[in-house]
Amino acid sequence: MADMLKKVPVREQDPKVRATNFDEVCLGYNREEAMEEAARCLNCKNAKCIQGCPVSIDIPAFIHEVKEGNIEEAYKVIGKSSALPAICGRVCPQESQCEGKCIRGIKGEPVSIGKLERFVADYALENDIKPVGAETKNGHKVAVIGSGPSGLTCAGDLAKKGYDVTVFEALHELGGVLVYGIPEFRLPKQKVVAKEIEKVKELGVKFETNVVIGKSTTIDQLMEDEGFEAVFIGSGAGLPMFMGIPGENSNGVFSANEYLTRSNLMKAFDDSYDTPIIAGKKVAVVGGGNVAMDAARTALRLGADVHIIYRRSEAELPARVEEVHHAKEEGVVFNLLTNPKKINVDVNGNISSVTVIKMELGEPDASGRRRPVEVPGSEYDIQVDTVIMALGTSPNPLISSTTKGLETNRRKCIVADEDNGQTSKEGVFAGGDAVTGAATVILAMGAGKAGAKGIDEYLTSKEN
Amino acid sequence: MYQIMKAEKLADKIFLMDVHAPRVAQHCQPGQFVIVKMDEKGERIPLTICDYDREAGTITIVVQEVGASTTKMGSLKEGDYFRNFTGPLGCPSEFVNENIESLKNKKMLFVAGGVGAAPVYPQVKWLHERGIEADVIVGSKTKDMLILEDEMKAVAGNYYPCTDDGTYGHAGMVTTMVEDLVNNGNKYDVCIAIGPMIMMKFVCLLTKKLEIPTIVSMNPIMVDGTGMCGACRLQVGDEIKFACVDGPEFDGHLVDFDQAMKRSQMYKTEEGRAMLKLQEGDTHHGGCGHCGGDE
Repeated sequence: MADMLKKVPVREQDPKVRATNFDEVCLGYNREEAMEEAARCLNCKNAKCIQGCPVSIDIPAFIHEVKEGNIEEAYKVIGKSSALPAICGRVCPQESQCEGKCIRGIKGEPVSIGKLERFVADYALENDIKPVGAETKNGHKVAVIGSGPSGLTCAGDLAKKGYDVTVFEALHELGGVLVYGIPEFRLPKQKVVAKEIEKVKELGVKFETNVVIGKSTTIDQLMEDEGFEAVFIGSGAGLPMFMGIPGENSNGVFSANEYLTRSNLMKAFDDSYDTPIIAGKKVAVVGGGNVAMDAARTALRLGADVHIIYRRSEAELPARVEEVHHAKEEGVVFNLLTNPKKINVDVNGNISSVTVIKMELGEPDASGRRRPVEVPGSEYDIQVDTVIMALGTSPNPLISSTTKGLETNRRKCIVADEDNGQTSKEGVFAGGDAVTGAATVILAMGAGKAGAKGIDEYLTSKEN
Repeated sequence: MYQIMKAEKLADKIFLMDVHAPRVAQHCQPGQFVIVKMDEKGERIPLTICDYDREAGTITIVVQEVGASTTKMGSLKEGDYFRNFTGPLGCPSEFVNENIESLKNKKMLFVAGGVGAAPVYPQVKWLHERGIEADVIVGSKTKDMLILEDEMKAVAGNYYPCTDDGTYGHAGMVTTMVEDLVNNGNKYDVCIAIGPMIMMKFVCLLTKKLEIPTIVSMNPIMVDGTGMCGACRLQVGDEIKFACVDGPEFDGHLVDFDQAMKRSQMYKTEEGRAMLKLQEGDTHHGGCGHCGGDE
């Protein structure tokens, strides 16, 4: 009998092997493992896990179906709430959401809800189980801007309700941050993202790539000239931040966005693609979030010796525990309580080293985290040839600056109602990172769902 | 997919194409650019817009073969397709939003180097259509490399061709032509210089001395072209600007050209540089006379 206090372990690629390839790290459960793990669920009446899920998946119900071996049924239960389960099963921070609330977790390890969701979703992709679409179309045209998590969710939900939905994407590939930001080894692009988007297409959603709203056309023109009755903005938070320290424009300093876009979207890690990437021999990644971990682990796979430089201590790392754990296993070195002061260059403008200073934690700041303060006189140099800045991103002003009457806050985020996505402009709704600033895939999906509900209510009330 | 409606060779390794891209043609303005991607594995390449036809829904681009991707692009023919064609990107030229009457009182000088004639053309044409005649200097290495001459003559006030080797027009660099014009009593309120970075740098050094406000169009390395990656960042005065969304046109007297030129070398290995020099041969830059091959 298995230990009911512990999760059924999930198979992973060996750290030494995976540090040299871009294949997925986590191999997921097979049917037997999934059914065994599902048996650990207590099927709570007042299920806390559902409250912890931003899209409120009926978790005990789908796990019950897995336990019984009815995987297709389990997929249908998830499908009622989520259009992208294979993605969420991989990238959601379950430890602070569903699994964080699991009653099993009080005495032992919580049920491995994320891995079970992933198993069910992968089964559906492999066996081509179709999502349930609308029986009749209602003829109302809705535009969705951005094909990332919030846009795809909003589009999928509206299509299920019978709306005629077109998604506009600025880049040449669909998926937003799922394709340009999150690396292949964490979220396979062809096997998972493309197939899951295919399911949204099967619901009747139309997609148009290479359309930069604010440039190729505007929201006002979509509504006035192209007959869209409502618009959902899910354009994300794409603008990278820099530190503003000396030497930051040297050759070899990249934003994490650039580094990851080259590797993920443009597939620079694969020699048969034309876009170049500078692999670096010794790389410093500045920051402690999931994006920093992704950049560090990408550089490692390209052959570099990688250091994370983070100004707070390990306890404050904003990245998911699993990502930090994986990065360490693969050999990423953590220089904690350390902050860059300047980047030093050689005569050709290439990086020779980065000067850092030691930090200590002072009083808590507005975020509740203890504020890092410099230790005077503790500067030293780390020899590196590449520096990747993973300091966060902010929303792109291309849309807000070209849409009449669309209110933004001082962080350039679009102001929108949390419950229905309504913005200051009639018929225009928004959600995801464009509203909140950089957050998670699942929170963006939750906002996409709320936006779909808001648009449905708005267009229904207009009709009556 | 975006169909090539017309493909024409303008000079050795320089091609002109009309591409069917209705959304771009509907909205583009002088000064803006597009990003094209040839096929699944190709790079995203920023190209300036040379002309547009809103009714036909076409955009004219001019491509110079400088690397592997642009060389592949040069082999495309009428009827072929680009896999991706995005735009218009960047901000329109500042004068597009200026008051036409006050614009009419301005004496404008355009300085184009090599394929820089392509992005200069729609600006001069836009002004011409509004009754404003601007002077235009176009520089090239040699007579055969001079592009868009008839088109430019038709819309320019005075047209001054220059060749480095003296085979046509003024013999010498565009900067000496600018100096000659000013010395001969021409007064200019604004200069717009578009060409290789080294040419723009030297034009700016000169116009600063001559006290002529100068606008340049920067063409740094880019990936997405929408403000996402920051690869195209430039030092402009004491600010960092992204060429793709803040530009591509900037006050040339504030741009740190030396840094921009270093950054544009980032992906060129020693071997790659040698290959480039070989491939570019006599098309290398052209018109500036300052680069001396590879700098």
